[in-house]
Amino acid sequence: MQTAPKTLFDKIWEQHVVVPETEDTPAILYIDLHLIHEVTTPQAFSLLRENNLKVRTPQKVLATMDHSTPTVPIASLKDLDIVSESGPAQQIRDMIQNCKDFDIELYGFESKYRGIVHVIGPELGATQPGKTIVCGDSHTSTHGAFGALAFGIGTTEVAHVLATQCLLQRKPRTLAVNLNGKLNEGVSAKDIILKVIGQIGVGGGTGHVIEYRGNTVASLTLEQRMTICNMSIEAGARAGLFAPDEATYEYLDGRPRSPKGKEWDRALKVWKGWQTDTDASFDKEVDIDVSALTPMITYGTNPGMVMSIESTIPDHKGNQSLKKALDYMHFESGKSLLNHPIDVVFIGSCTNSRLSDLRDAATILKGRKIAENMRVLIVPGSQSVKAEAEAEGLDRIFRESGAEWRESGCSMCLGMNGDTVGSGKLAVSTSNRNFEGRQGSGSRTILASPKTAAASAITGSVQDPRQFETQV
Amino acid sequence: MQKIKKFSARTVNLPNEDIDTDQIIPARFLTRQTTDGIGKCLFADWRFDKSGRPKEDFILNQPESSDAEILVAGNNFGCGSSREHAAWSLLDYGFRAIISTSFADIFQNNSLKNGLITIAVNLETHKWLLEHPATTLIVDLDNTQICLENGKVISFPIDSFARYCLLNGVDQLGYLLNHDTEISAYENKQQ
Repeated sequence: MQTAPKTLFDKIWEQHVVVPETEDTPAILYIDLHLIHEVTTPQAFSLLRENNLKVRTPQKVLATMDHSTPTVPIASLKDLDIVSESGPAQQIRDMIQNCKDFDIELYGFESKYRGIVHVIGPELGATQPGKTIVCGDSHTSTHGAFGALAFGIGTTEVAHVLATQCLLQRKPRTLAVNLNGKLNEGVSAKDIILKVIGQIGVGGGTGHVIEYRGNTVASLTLEQRMTICNMSIEAGARAGLFAPDEATYEYLDGRPRSPKGKEWDRALKVWKGWQTDTDASFDKEVDIDVSALTPMITYGTNPGMVMSIESTIPDHKGNQSLKKALDYMHFESGKSLLNHPIDVVFIGSCTNSRLSDLRDAATILKGRKIAENMRVLIVPGSQSVKAEAEAEGLDRIFRESGAEWRESGCSMCLGMNGDTVGSGKLAVSTSNRNFEGRQGSGSRTILASPKTAAASAITGSVQDPRQFETQV
Repeated sequence: MQKIKKFSARTVNLPNEDIDTDQIIPARFLTRQTTDGIGKCLFADWRFDKSGRPKEDFILNQPESSDAEILVAGNNFGCGSSREHAAWSLLDYGFRAIISTSFADIFQNNSLKNGLITIAVNLETHKWLLEHPATTLIVDLDNTQICLENGKVISFPIDSFARYCLLNGVDQLGYLLNHDTEISAYENKQQ
């Protein structure tokens, strides 16, 4: 009997079904890799303690600390209270204790591998094609760049996975986003995903897993694919996926947790099968002409309120949510944001804090100074990224420009670790959310690519990076 | 888990679309280690000014909203961060159900696991609810319907398993733990 053609998502799903879905009950889905961090796990560990349960498979849990951690350097954990408030400091200490009590390996403060959970998973080679990966964090979608089915879960579900290595799940629908054409100079993966979100809306992907397809894909690096998958959740999607290819295998070869020797050969054979069949159909399809893209910026208070940097802010046409957003941002319909003064630039977060992002920013900042009275914070995604950037001298370029160069962490993306934009202040940020107060109470955020953020840092106003001669 | 079958409660309207979980509970409150008293943090930046005083013009601070247990919100409620603190803070504040035209996936999952019922209605019903603030509704989970004050009865979709768990007070973790044999068999097959 011939089987119906399947999508990559269908194949990964089917491979991980422990108990099939029925009308009355969701599927029990096996989870290969569980990433955890300090913010969304305390109540899950409490639940295990209350029920006298153990972590079923500690070796399938990868733990780090990123959200609450300070990005100013401290000599050791003992100095945490000097730089952190009591809440975040306690959360960090509890995480250490929880991992110890439940036999989970923690990439903690002293680890050279510590960093944002979605940066270190791939760096360590823990993120691999065909795996199911979850984390109590919506940006878990990042790992889909490797052809893994990766999605965010809540804390109750974190407890479920800790105790059983499984989740109760209804099968999502599929959405193909076809990316075609060549990316222009000065335009980045961030601009692609902002365009996608603008086109389908912040709820456009709800209930769906996106697979990114089309002729642009082969030319995208894994870091670019991670940026795109990362923000798939901002379109409401459960997950984003790219089928693995030679670039994926090359990225994973030799990573600490990648298979070695004969295991590698065996894994490669399996990984090559994680592809959507030729005639497979998707529940929905969307086409994006990548060659027509310009740098993108947001003007409102969600990532769907986004436009070309060359455009003017649209008319709210009585839409109360958009009107409220523009009031919050102090922006007006019909106006361009080019040359609009800003206070802060943040380059970092799980969206744009990898080596290529920092290199992008450095090509513009090299030999230039940031504008007076500007605060520019550059935060590497992991201690490994930090070390690599410093080995290339990127830290010197940043410091000489007047920017602050920090230790790794989530930092100003969500403002719960001491790094905030400031009330009423306007930031151009490479992070993923421009929600009201996301970067600290009262903060206002324009989302953009690392190049756009760097260009804006130099003039102290929103700038198109294409007008800056880049220095390699 | 407490069993939920049917209840009657008043609504309060917050018609903004795409209310994200950062608005429901800002990140600075995520360092809490328990869920006790987390309702104080609900909509903190909309409810309170910088000095912590309630903002009078915010709907939840108005006297007629004080006993509301059903929030009627705009489309795509609960988008953004996966923080379960959003569902916990809504529940702890006193909400028992949220009505919208659609919900973000993770928020919906989190809510139903905690006994906060997410009720997706069509545009017509949503419009009626927005035009009739502080109306009293009956939420009938057993029959998956809401009964409006005008006598109209409207069915709403809910995952059959979530409904079963809420009606019978079934803990989903217990359900998963009961499948240990199947999980072990799956693991053995994969090795």
